[in-house]
Amino acid sequence: MFETILELARGMGITLKHFFQPPVTIQYPEIKRPVRNRFKGRHELKRYDNGLERCIGCSLCAAACPADAIFVEAAENTDEERYSPGERYARVYEINMLRCIFCGFCEDACPTQAIVLEHNYELSFYDRQSAIYTKDMLIVDVPINGRPTPQTVEPGVFTKAIPEMENPK
Amino acid sequence: MTIGQIALWGLVVGFVMSMVVITGFAYTTLLERKVLARMQARVGPNRAGYIPIPTRGGREKKFLAGFMQPAADAVKLFFKEDPTPAKADWLVYNLAPMLAVIPAIMILAVIPWAGKIPGLVPAQYDYFAIVPGLNVAVLFVLAVTSISVYGVVLAGWASNSKYAVLGGIRASAQMISYELAMSLSVLVPVMIANSMDLGVIVAAQKGHWFVFLQPVAAIIFCIAALAELQRAPFDLLEAEQELSAGFNVEYAGMRFGMFFMAEYMKMISLSAIAATLFFGGYRGPFVDQVPILGFVYLFIKIFIGLFIMIWIRATFPRLRYDQLMLFGWKVLLPVSVINFMIVAVFIVLAAEGVFAPIANFFGF
Repeated sequence: MFETILELARGMGITLKHFFQPPVTIQYPEIKRPVRNRFKGRHELKRYDNGLERCIGCSLCAAACPADAIFVEAAENTDEERYSPGERYARVYEINMLRCIFCGFCEDACPTQAIVLEHNYELSFYDRQSAIYTKDMLIVDVPINGRPTPQTVEPGVFTKAIPEMENPK
Repeated sequence: MTIGQIALWGLVVGFVMSMVVITGFAYTTLLERKVLARMQARVGPNRAGYIPIPTRGGREKKFLAGFMQPAADAVKLFFKEDPTPAKADWLVYNLAPMLAVIPAIMILAVIPWAGKIPGLVPAQYDYFAIVPGLNVAVLFVLAVTSISVYGVVLAGWASNSKYAVLGGIRASAQMISYELAMSLSVLVPVMIANSMDLGVIVAAQKGHWFVFLQPVAAIIFCIAALAELQRAPFDLLEAEQELSAGFNVEYAGMRFGMFFMAEYMKMISLSAIAATLFFGGYRGPFVDQVPILGFVYLFIKIFIGLFIMIWIRATFPRLRYDQLMLFGWKVLLPVSVINFMIVAVFIVLAAEGVFAPIANFFGF
């Protein structure tokens, strides 16, 4: 009997203790909590330092995608209108964010490390149409020393589609 | 004052006090949400309305953030769709929320809010209440709190839903079980003060609150009042896990809001009754010199009562149904009966002068 009342009082004491402690809530839209380095959020299409797009339109990401969320349509590069090194570039690149499961397989499949899942997780939209992220929305800004695509380049320089890369560590 | 004048005065005061209590209800919901949130390491509602306080850094600080939340809730409830289920009993279904709210407000009619304030209280009465001088006030309180169970039971029955009717049945069984213990513990201050007039009971607590004379009765009253309010840990009738929401599962919009209103108003009024019966009512330091302080003291006592109820809700899990019945019938009722009889015997003995030698010995 006495012990029961003591236990009840102890329970009350615990809640009262927490009443005087600061809440753990992070006020989200004002304060954003940083995500982990390897967090898989919205995709980004990367560029080389000179501004050329990394994506060569090979569709390996689309093939690797288990949710069939990616659609790529390739077109030919010329030296007058060059988007990416090599023969072809992605004329259309669309990811349906309603289908994407953020598994990162596209990232693994990409031979040029063009597509990377970055840290943006605020992917809400009002209708299904705006769930499809197009190339303009996915591609990163041109680097400071680079030029925007399409670039006019000297013939015979950017013939190799896949750059020399180190082995992954 | 003539009878008519007193009636008119009672109407005016009653209207004002009802408005005060409705506002109080709104802010009790906010208090509950805030306190509960802080006890669960959350923030609680803090978006609807704040008082900006400019600071030197340029970023303004938000003071009292969320204080307009009750208004936002009310607007939301009023604009929600309010359907009546097709097979529901239309009349009873619509009547039940009112039947829940009205008794909750009516309890407040007899609570003495302050002592004799010249100019505010009719000359023949000694204290400020909506209906002062009601000589069966305690009986009135017990009767009206019992009526309010009809709101719940009829709501459960009229909704034509299994969950709702189960909630209603639980409510009626629980109310009957705890009503007995509550009535018996209420009778203790009535016997000590030798009156059923709440003003006289408060006046009798001058210098010594009844909680110090009768802690057992006070504790039983508080537990039984919690059960009467159907609040945690006795909120069997709206057990979300078993009954999805209990008696109010078919209600929406403001009619659902009225059940909420009834619950919180009953919280306020039963805190006030507990304060009046056991914790000195409006009495406090200097209340005889400055009678207007009575409002402040009673408000503080009600606030503490509300806080303790919320605190209990944050702490204890819900009782199982058999535990509830066992506690009501096998613990609370016998203890309150025995306590009641002991008090009765001691009062008779004291009246017969049996304790006079002891009192003389200790110099009382």
